[in-house]
Amino acid sequence: MKLQQNILPEGDGGRRIIWLSIGAFVMFFLLLSRLWYLQVVDTDNLLDQSESNRLRFVPVAAPRGAILDRNGKVLVSNTPSFSVAVIPQDVKNKEQLIDNLARYLNLDRKEIEDKWNKGQGRAKYYPLVIASGISRDQMEFLEENRLALSGVNIEMKPVRAYPNAQLASHLLGYLAEISEEELGAERYKDYNAGDYTGKSGIERSWESFLHGTDGGRQIEVDARGRFLRTVEETGSSVGNSVVLTIDLELQKVAEQAFGDKAGAAVAIDVNSGEVLAFASNPGFDPALFTGRMPPDKWKEYLEDKRHPLENKALKGMYPPGSTFKIITAIAGLEAGLIDPHTTIDCPGYYKFGNSTFKCWDKKGHGQVDLKKALRESCDVYFYKLAERLGVDRIAACAKRFGLGAPLGIGLENEKGGIIPTQEWKLKRFGKKWFQGETLSVGIGQGYVLTTPVQLASMMATVANEGIVYQPHLVKRIVDSEGKVLKEFPPQVTGRSGIKPETYRLVKEGLLAVVNEPHGTGSTARLSEVKVAGKTGTSQVVKLRDSKGEVPYQFRDHALFVGFAPYDKPEIAVAVIIEHGEHGGSAAAPIAGKLLKAYFEGKGVIRKPVPKPASTSDSEETIDN
Amino acid sequence: MFDRRLFTNFDWTLLALVLLITGFGVVNIYSATSSYRDMATPYFLKQIYWIVAGLVLCLTVCSLDYHMLEDFAYWLYGAVLLLLVLVLVAGKTSMGATRWIHLGFFSIQPSEPMKIVIIMTFARFFSRYPTFKGLTLKDLAYPLLLLGAPALLIMKQPDLGTAILVVLIAGTMLLFVGVRWSSLASLFAAAIPILYCGWRFALHDYQKNRIYNFLNPDLDPQGSGYHIIQSKIAVGSGATFGKGFLHGTQSQLRFLPEQHTDFAFSVFGEEWGFVGCFVMLTLYLFLVLWGLGIAKRCNDRFGSLLAVGVSAMLFWHIVINMGMVIGLFPVVGVPLPFFSYGGTSMVTSMVGVGILLNISMRRFMF
Repeated sequence: MKLQQNILPEGDGGRRIIWLSIGAFVMFFLLLSRLWYLQVVDTDNLLDQSESNRLRFVPVAAPRGAILDRNGKVLVSNTPSFSVAVIPQDVKNKEQLIDNLARYLNLDRKEIEDKWNKGQGRAKYYPLVIASGISRDQMEFLEENRLALSGVNIEMKPVRAYPNAQLASHLLGYLAEISEEELGAERYKDYNAGDYTGKSGIERSWESFLHGTDGGRQIEVDARGRFLRTVEETGSSVGNSVVLTIDLELQKVAEQAFGDKAGAAVAIDVNSGEVLAFASNPGFDPALFTGRMPPDKWKEYLEDKRHPLENKALKGMYPPGSTFKIITAIAGLEAGLIDPHTTIDCPGYYKFGNSTFKCWDKKGHGQVDLKKALRESCDVYFYKLAERLGVDRIAACAKRFGLGAPLGIGLENEKGGIIPTQEWKLKRFGKKWFQGETLSVGIGQGYVLTTPVQLASMMATVANEGIVYQPHLVKRIVDSEGKVLKEFPPQVTGRSGIKPETYRLVKEGLLAVVNEPHGTGSTARLSEVKVAGKTGTSQVVKLRDSKGEVPYQFRDHALFVGFAPYDKPEIAVAVIIEHGEHGGSAAAPIAGKLLKAYFEGKGVIRKPVPKPASTSDSEETIDN
Repeated sequence: MFDRRLFTNFDWTLLALVLLITGFGVVNIYSATSSYRDMATPYFLKQIYWIVAGLVLCLTVCSLDYHMLEDFAYWLYGAVLLLLVLVLVAGKTSMGATRWIHLGFFSIQPSEPMKIVIIMTFARFFSRYPTFKGLTLKDLAYPLLLLGAPALLIMKQPDLGTAILVVLIAGTMLLFVGVRWSSLASLFAAAIPILYCGWRFALHDYQKNRIYNFLNPDLDPQGSGYHIIQSKIAVGSGATFGKGFLHGTQSQLRFLPEQHTDFAFSVFGEEWGFVGCFVMLTLYLFLVLWGLGIAKRCNDRFGSLLAVGVSAMLFWHIVINMGMVIGLFPVVGVPLPFFSYGGTSMVTSMVGVGILLNISMRRFMF
């Protein structure tokens, strides 16, 4: 047999077989190396991919916490809303689906496409919300046409409900989808694109408490995206509720009292700093900001010269006008420059250097002491006092009452106003202070700017004779089971350090403003409760002897600050009517209504009482 | 005519090897199809029927002396070539390709027997061909014509996978016979313009897409790149020891395409891991080397060439299928012999093994 072995081609067939075997071996080794790479070296990566193939995360939105008034009445809560979401990876025919959705939902094609493209960078299989807040009819229609809409999910999500519609819209704020910039910020590091977040007011500033923890379900799906089973579930937890210091009824009265006028009203509990009412008028509809804002509505908001989107109570900076005379008076008494018997003569103007400073009453007030100066708001008295005090002493006194800096009431972007000093002017404008400017400051004009909240807080400190409470809007934080997580008790942030006698004298003057003949604030008077206060009319622009109708935006602002009851103060208010012209006739009545509602609520005034006829001796009252 | 020596010399090792691989294949098909809708006859059972049928055919082939094939080789070649022409003229079109032909009561796919027939034809041709210094270009002319005719016809169907396989099998046999370096170099030089023209004019768009997607599967992860990506994920996520029988998520949740046929090995890789793949690869290597061993031990040139051809056929099927499953090669529809579900592949492979057994047990007959 050995002989026959060389029948193979020219004898090297055997060698060729060996070469072929080696070739086969090398090829198999190559396959094995590749398997080693896939199954040993790169296995973690590929295992991840296989897990993300079969596992999908379905987010379950957590309801936000509610916002309640001080008595537990609901200001903002939640209601279920249906939204249409698309999982792009499950969509077979994108163009056709967009056509169908546009038709069924009555939307613009482009709008859907934009949303689709915006969601491009999201996690795989993350549902992309195309339309939210669809009607029940639309939802049912979509459900019926499910087969033609593969990749479309209808999701139920809790959204904000506003039982009182526009009430306290600035205070409560609104929600909207988180923006690109916000997503980049440290504060929102746990948020995902498409999440809703508070954009203003309490909703924004107390977001971290209100926002619940979203839950989710990890589900297993097959290659067609069909649900097979739930692998893991993490429950969503409801956000905590924020209980405000606001009294819903008082808030309602405050807002209604404005009618169609623009302005702000703030009421503060004198003995705790709790804000009882925080109104800015006109308001807006917060629900519109969460869904699709109709373009014409948006235009309307922007073009309204009453600026409905602006939170005037918090951010509106107005010259305090004559309400600031309270500060000038206190500064004068404390400095010993005046006493209750000091009198000056008011001829209706005051000549200072080359210029003439007019009193609001051209006829003049004659002999004026402190009480009369406050009651009738005599400008000349305060020009002279301010001149002797100098601007820095007035500013020092104003700052003791919390003016000139944000108070920190618990909302972001609070404005601080301006209390000018010589140094301030040098820094700000690089110019020396003029004595004449001090005279304007003395009557709350010139550079002086304050916010309604600051004025209310100032009034509260005057009323309680020196204790500066931290004005605050949030009473406590409560979890979903009603357990109190955080309490915000009254907090004393300072004492004015003013002599009790000074307060007594100033408050006597303020009582006279409302209750004595010739007082400028008689429209705030209540028959059952003694009200004290001060009117103000602050100039927007200097109008020299203008005749006829003054254009709206140039009209003076009307102000009133006050407190009650006079003997044992409980509540302080500040009211401003933008371009309302006269503090006595425009602002004081609103303050009166507010105080009346407060005491009605307390049972001090019986509710169905006839309006006190009190306008007899104040028909002509106007001040400057 | 039955010789007792045939029984004593029967190659039990080869048969056992084949049965072992088909056994793994059945178990794997059971897992790969367990998520499918219930059928009257489940796939794994059908596969067993095919194995039995294949074995009968295999034993039939090996019971007849393979030297008879030497006489029939050209006749068979002519007949199958005719069928290939008939397919193009009167074939049945399904899924964009014309591969089947009706022959009275049954349909056949002539490209499949061509794999075996080209082996016989080349073995017949070279068994009588004196070559001492390797084949020259002139020597190659006739065999290339024999190869080119069926290859082009199969490509025209279009069935790129089978065409490539036929060329690779014949090419391996040519290398075994011996080709001069100079001829080899000329062939490669000629191949470049031919490949270019082929790319430009002969390849269909779906075929080009497969190649594009092989080069960069992420171009269209939901579409034509899907197969490669999902298969790689399946195999890789199996890690060292696999996810366990019936526990492969890629396969059980149907992320894998054609997971009981062309991509059966990726189901196996996911469920049995690197260890399982290593075992399978070893068995297949053993099978190929055993076939080559038969070629080496065979005493006549025709048998030796036949054995090399059949080994090459098995080898290229294995390499191309596995390479495709693990993302080394583009997706071409080539099944894994004895492992993928399917009667056609089982019959062809079993006939091949029948030929090997035949040669193996008759090595002492002369």
